[in-house]
Amino acid sequence: MAIDAIESKLRPPALGLKPYPSKMITLASGEIMVVREARREEVGVLLGTVYPLIGVPADYYDIVAARMYEELLGWYRYRTANEFVLVGAINGVIAGIVNSRSVDPKLGMSLHTLTIKRGLRIGAQLFAAKMENHIEIQGADEVYIVAESPNGWRRWMIEYELEDRSHLYPAVRHELGGVPTFVLTRKLWDAVKSSKCTGVRPVPPEILATANKLSMPTEYPQIPGFKR
Amino acid sequence: MSARIGIVGVGHTRFGNSSEYDLADVMAYAATDALIDAGILEKRREVDQVFVANMASGLFCNQTSVASSLVSRLDMEPVPAELIENGPASGASAVKVAYMAIASGMADVVLAVGGEIMRKVSGWQATDIVATMLHTDAEYNMGLTLPSFGGMFARLYMDKYGCTERDLALIAVKDHDNGALNQYAHVQSACTIEAIADSETAHVVNNYVAEPLRIYSTCPVSDGAAALVLVNMDSPKARLFGKRPVRIAGVASATDTHCVHNRKDPLRLDAVRIAGEKAYAMAGVGPRDISFAELHDAFVILELAISEELGLFERGKSFLAVREGATTIKGRLPINPSGGLKSKGHPVGATGVSQIVELARQIRGEVEPGRQVKDPRYGMAVNFGGFGNNVVATICAKD
Repeated sequence: MAIDAIESKLRPPALGLKPYPSKMITLASGEIMVVREARREEVGVLLGTVYPLIGVPADYYDIVAARMYEELLGWYRYRTANEFVLVGAINGVIAGIVNSRSVDPKLGMSLHTLTIKRGLRIGAQLFAAKMENHIEIQGADEVYIVAESPNGWRRWMIEYELEDRSHLYPAVRHELGGVPTFVLTRKLWDAVKSSKCTGVRPVPPEILATANKLSMPTEYPQIPGFKR
Repeated sequence: MSARIGIVGVGHTRFGNSSEYDLADVMAYAATDALIDAGILEKRREVDQVFVANMASGLFCNQTSVASSLVSRLDMEPVPAELIENGPASGASAVKVAYMAIASGMADVVLAVGGEIMRKVSGWQATDIVATMLHTDAEYNMGLTLPSFGGMFARLYMDKYGCTERDLALIAVKDHDNGALNQYAHVQSACTIEAIADSETAHVVNNYVAEPLRIYSTCPVSDGAAALVLVNMDSPKARLFGKRPVRIAGVASATDTHCVHNRKDPLRLDAVRIAGEKAYAMAGVGPRDISFAELHDAFVILELAISEELGLFERGKSFLAVREGATTIKGRLPINPSGGLKSKGHPVGATGVSQIVELARQIRGEVEPGRQVKDPRYGMAVNFGGFGNNVVATICAKD
């Protein structure tokens, strides 16, 4: 894209995020999920994966999918600052997507976690990878987190015993909708990471190659009878 | 001569998440399936009595008096209906009471339905609600839950007999292999021993719930319902039914101390042993006659302990049989061919009825390809309430 003077004024400042090292996780089904950073040129397959879920009200998939769709566009078209997107792929098929952004070098702003393939704790693994990226790789001390769905609240707020800072609103506030803000601190992360976060690195080249070209899922358990 | 009582209709919803539905409606789906299977949907008022098993609908979904509401959903008034509550053993208790009603001569045809909607509340709330069956002062108020009892029981068993966490994972693999083929199972996916026990990432993929129990050692929180139509096989009404009955050869229950710490040996499940012995005696069979079993593996360790109390395996040796593959579908004694509570799910009020539905479907030879037990003659189910303080054992026979 040609960057003219106006476009350069519209683009956010960049912190220069460190790359997230890919890893692999053997899911309970025996399938291997590669977790890696999505590349900007893959936005099409990511959007195509997210789009069908915009029509699924159950478990707040509609809100999460619609917001993630916007955030992916913002990432691709330089309207969101310092965003990163991680994908979980099984044989190249996208099983889940997470995105987040760094507000500054010490603060992460968790955006969304979207699981397509259910029942294998893929969302839990990808959320943990997102937190790993913020705290272990980017060096943040804190990550602000909110949840749209009760499932998300149970997974993150309860399982991670996140710090409730909602009483400090508006001084402490997440960027998404003004809903109660919870915080993962480095101390909390250190307490849970061995039981929440896993993955084998480096990923053998032949396994990593399976996730080189991402493809959209052909089935959505959330959408019976789905046909693309 | 005691009454000959048989199962002539079975119904089952898919276990899983039905939290957007009304409990009575979910039970009505299973009941309707059972009436259709029995061939008496149009003549459903020929049913003399309805028994409904449910543990805690008042707490789970703020709904009570579900027995009569089910009858109304089924348009079966004025058939009498009563609720049976016996914790997670409610389902088999309802079948036992149905048996007693027929044996007493008060009824010839009984519809027994079990159902529970647990997922309207969070998993933590569900665990808390289930824990209300524990002793209030000595257990519940001390923070004990059923998973914590399962964890302590598993630790004792492992220390005493040498069973390992990997052995528990092998049970999960077997159960999920079966559940993956069961159209009614909550979790219809297989898992591998490598993924949940052996790989570098297994400790997180298969995380602890109540050490040493992991997520793949523990049943999911499920919604669902199951139903049976029972008939006095010697009554004139038996002619209403086209299908050959699966006879209930034995059914018995027993209780144990409410507080687990009052037992001489916390590893002994006396109520299981006594209920099993009584059911064997009533059926005129012994452990060697059992072709397959549905055992209450809310925690997979219970599959081992219950199988030993029933005499199906030597005490402290059942995990060795699991290692050898003896309890798989093709093994010498298949256990939980339905996937068990671990994979099929555990809507507490429905489980006991569901187990007996599985006995009937297996004996009829009607289950899905790949999980049919070969030539079953006797199937046994154990429905386990509390932490073993109320237990029902049922034996069904192919005549």
